[in-house]
Amino acid sequence: MALTGLEIYKLLPKTNCKKCGRATCLAFAMQLAQKKADLKECPDVSEEAKSKLGEASAPPIKLVTIGNGDKQVKIGEENVLFRHDEKFYNPTGIAVTIGDDLDDSAFKERLGKINNFKFTRVGTDIEIDLIALQDKSGDASKFSEKAKEVCNNTHLSIILESKSVDTMKAALESCADKRPLIHGANSENWEPMAQLAKEKGCPLSVSAPSLEEIADLTEKIKGVGVENLVLHQSSSNIKEVLQGLTKIRRAALRKAFRPLGFPVLTNMANGDPGREIASASAFIAKYAGIVVVNACEPWQIMPLLTVRQNIYTDPQKPVQVQPKLYEVGQPNEDSPVLFTTNFSLTYYTVEGEVEASRVSSYILAVETGGTSVLTAYSGDKLNEDVVAKAMASAQIEQKVKHKKLIIPGLVAVLSAKIQEKTNWEVLVGPKEASGLPTYLKTTWR
Amino acid sequence: MQIASIEEKWAGAVKEVTIGATKESGGTRESVVTVGGARCIPFMDFDGDQGNRPVIAMDVYDLPPENLPEPLLKHYKDVMNDPASWAKKCAEEYGADLICLKLDGIHPDKGNRSSNDAIKTVKSILEAVSIPLIIWGCENDERDNEVMPKVSQAAAGEKCLLGVATQENYKTITAVCLADGHNLITQAPVDINIGKQVNILVTDLGFPLDRIVMFQTTGALGYGIEYCYSIHERGRVAALSGDGQMSTPVICDVGHEAWRAKEAKATDEEAPQWGSFAERGIMWETITATTLLQSGVDIIRMYHPKAVSIVKDHIDQLAMKV
Repeated sequence: MALTGLEIYKLLPKTNCKKCGRATCLAFAMQLAQKKADLKECPDVSEEAKSKLGEASAPPIKLVTIGNGDKQVKIGEENVLFRHDEKFYNPTGIAVTIGDDLDDSAFKERLGKINNFKFTRVGTDIEIDLIALQDKSGDASKFSEKAKEVCNNTHLSIILESKSVDTMKAALESCADKRPLIHGANSENWEPMAQLAKEKGCPLSVSAPSLEEIADLTEKIKGVGVENLVLHQSSSNIKEVLQGLTKIRRAALRKAFRPLGFPVLTNMANGDPGREIASASAFIAKYAGIVVVNACEPWQIMPLLTVRQNIYTDPQKPVQVQPKLYEVGQPNEDSPVLFTTNFSLTYYTVEGEVEASRVSSYILAVETGGTSVLTAYSGDKLNEDVVAKAMASAQIEQKVKHKKLIIPGLVAVLSAKIQEKTNWEVLVGPKEASGLPTYLKTTWR
Repeated sequence: MQIASIEEKWAGAVKEVTIGATKESGGTRESVVTVGGARCIPFMDFDGDQGNRPVIAMDVYDLPPENLPEPLLKHYKDVMNDPASWAKKCAEEYGADLICLKLDGIHPDKGNRSSNDAIKTVKSILEAVSIPLIIWGCENDERDNEVMPKVSQAAAGEKCLLGVATQENYKTITAVCLADGHNLITQAPVDINIGKQVNILVTDLGFPLDRIVMFQTTGALGYGIEYCYSIHERGRVAALSGDGQMSTPVICDVGHEAWRAKEAKATDEEAPQWGSFAERGIMWETITATTLLQSGVDIIRMYHPKAVSIVKDHIDQLAMKV
């Protein structure tokens, strides 16, 4: 937690020497607290003050990276408990497990499947981030052989899961340069595991059943010089894990409690895929840095990736769809043409209703900076010029042979102006999207 | 190592609302449902009592829904023409806590059914099941104002949950709910200020706050869920911080919304890349529900029996003491 101006002031020389360019040390302290000044500007600051202020300015939840290159996973460094207070920054990494005990063909098949989890939503590709190789065989040579296979055949970041130091060491021989997450340290093996993480420069997970024990371990491991840590509460109780996530986030943000100032990994293995995905969705909503699942079917993974995408959108910035002409169903030259704004919620509501109507249509999403119909209208982001321009760039005249445009009922007032500007006949649609199916089925026909 | 203390003592609480009335209290229900009562962020009962567990209301329509996707149709095609059997199936086979009767059929575009038809449907359901009932209008103000008062009267004493009151149209339904002893749903369009405003409007008419359930409309997973999520969350924080007008329990409409999503409706031929059609919609509904549970909701309207069973199981795990 950041120090207040007064707390910083106590650490300054209090000489009011003005060498930093401020009238007093207090003024300088206030600016430091607001991050508008740099401590280096004070030539006389003590070593003690430097270290204390440096520590206080470190983020309350450490940023941890796993892997290298494009698919490097960045987690942690979050500032808030509620997304509406600011936003969540670093999206939860989604990991799918693979056991080293699978026979060669099953292993290859699952690996291929995991590599290919990629879906397109709202014009964005969404994809899983990590593959978690689990030591189920208890055989170090087998685990390291499979680790090598994974390393050579995936673009994803890697989690290596084994409690055996020897097994981990063997696996890291071939893939340490991929910077996998070593999963990991516990109360029994922490010392050699931490040494291994330090030597190989890899991030390390810290597992224990309780937060108290986790905090003990992170302090010890930091003492060895390993700082890239991921916490893991090893419990099979969903509620305990969920509460742990909130306790850790609160302790880090509200109390600057450093021993728990790290991102958290959850792994709620459960025989039933539905239950597993249900708990994983709750963990994503409530602060998990990495969620590991056994589920390996697209219908299980897609909703998880979507939760993650939704929760991590910036609440201050409306989500937009690309402003362009969309086709619903198989529209032809006689199909209706509607327009709405490119605010994603508005657009998808309209799209959903048009789809429900089963009347194939064109929907023109007009660029309004992602605002809804009324907001755009009152901000003059939606007027006859904007509509005419969107129609022209979509070359709508070449798509349909009629010249009838259905406009949102909320901007009926624009009818005459649009008609005049575009020479299209304007039909005023319903005020609410829910009226569209009836409108398209009756009025339009 | 001792962990920094992180408990939060909240000044407020979510109000408790009881739906349904047994014989002793003037109704005919064998059981009642009480929701609300939380004094903590959802499921964080180290802060304070987490209140009553969230409940599932299963949707029943007064007329057979059109174009029902096959995974839903499979379960309901034998009862779709008979809301009473439909309700019975949900209550007895699928474990619904409440039945939510949606009176779509009174809408001028969907059948324009008469008040008498609606009353008949409501009575048949009250007879067929012993659990409490939610009765939801068709969202055409004119028809709702005509039919809901009669429906309300026909179910007087049963302490149903009736909806909806909106900023533009709240007087009629508030008055009849008050007269017939029902609870009331207040609706706002994903807007915390309007939500509060509607609660103020109906309480100004003398409607008691502890008989209101708030509805902020629902966006499914992938279709605006994040807006509802944050509105619910802000509302819950406001309630816990002591804002009385925001302290009513919250209802959300998960089943209907989730099954409108492409991801739920597209068949195996239409979307092979998304995996099994038979499972996909169930999961879409389930995850919409489990995600919203984290935002603070008390009644979840649901559709598919398997999604209901997964979500109930999930709630069981979150409702128990650690």
